[in-house]
Amino acid sequence: MIERDVTVTNRAGIHARPAALIVQTAAKYQSQIMFTKDGEEINAKSIMGIITLGAAYQAVITIRAEGSDEQDAVDALATLFDKRFEEE
Amino acid sequence: MIKSFTVLDLLDLDLKEHDALDLHCIGGRPGLTRDIRVPDINRPGLALNGFFDNFGEDRIQVFGRGETAYLQELEEAGRTEVFAEYFQHQMPCVLFTHGLDPTPAFFTQAEQSHTPVLKTDLPSSELSSRLMRALSNVFAAVETIHGVLVEVFGIGVLILGDSGVGKSETALELVERGHRLVADDAVEIRCIAGNILLGQGANRALGHHMEIRGLGIINITHLFGVGAIRENKQIQLVVCLEYWDSNKEYDRIGAEDRTREILGVKVPILEIPVKPGRNIPIIIETAARNERLKKMGYYSAREFNQSVLKWLESENARSRYVQNSHEEHHD
Repeated sequence: MIERDVTVTNRAGIHARPAALIVQTAAKYQSQIMFTKDGEEINAKSIMGIITLGAAYQAVITIRAEGSDEQDAVDALATLFDKRFEEE
Repeated sequence: MIKSFTVLDLLDLDLKEHDALDLHCIGGRPGLTRDIRVPDINRPGLALNGFFDNFGEDRIQVFGRGETAYLQELEEAGRTEVFAEYFQHQMPCVLFTHGLDPTPAFFTQAEQSHTPVLKTDLPSSELSSRLMRALSNVFAAVETIHGVLVEVFGIGVLILGDSGVGKSETALELVERGHRLVADDAVEIRCIAGNILLGQGANRALGHHMEIRGLGIINITHLFGVGAIRENKQIQLVVCLEYWDSNKEYDRIGAEDRTREILGVKVPILEIPVKPGRNIPIIIETAARNERLKKMGYYSAREFNQSVLKWLESENARSRYVQNSHEEHHD
């Protein structure tokens, strides 16, 4: 199991488009991937779940992956956050 | 668990009809950010008499007719020095029922110590039972589960399964067939009164939306009307959808009850294998009907087995009778 904290750095926070990007990326991996924010845990392969987190600018999210490709999954998702979902 | 619950959150609780607290703040506003940590109330009679041993200072202080009349008497007699000591305690707030107002000196002390003063038109007994109910919901154990909650024939059915197995599609078909959606994807479950699991959408602000692959995000309220949604519902049955595994044994009789534990409460669970050509919504509808029958004391599978046993017995008796009469005939 791998865990990594990431910060939402795009101004608008995680709205529909970034959420879709996250889900599409997460769905490529076999691992079970969960996001945790303020004690609330959701499945990263569920778009409504991610939007429900209500992750605004500067929110900290813990990515947790478990499975055969856990390292790749966490790396790929963290990259999305680092690149601000290619937004402002 | 909730992070913190302040007096402001209490005022913001959106409770309706027989749950409404009808609270408003009349003073001590800077203190509205005080935390309520204990789901309980305190009647401050002893404290107003200067007895502060075991004083429930972490509780909401409820002033009814008696306490308010006593405040008046204290003020008329000029014995207000106890107020200063009273307000040294960091109480979440003081609350006046019956639409009563605090006495002037008491109110001034509350303002000075930044203790919120709340007021309601409800009588004390009604207010305390509603407040206890509201607080026990707030302080209830909470868990967020990835699944879909629907109400089918009055039974709250929580549909679980891996992503992509078709939970949302199944729920959509159920809504189309006249059932109600409670929450999609992130279901917030609370354990109430120790044995009731109440489910609702994890984020109320987002309302009743669903994500259907190929369609995107859809608004169920707008598409199907208010009759197709529900705010919250008790979870009475868990249906776990899984990909058909030919090596796995599925329940073929259904005479024994399997359960799953959520927040320490056991809920009946059904494991339903999914494969093309299986109409899952109809299976869930039938499961809900069956669950209702069970609640009424009728277990389809058990009753069926009883009749089989009875039949076998009578068949057995008959064949023995036939055999016996044969033997008699031969004698």
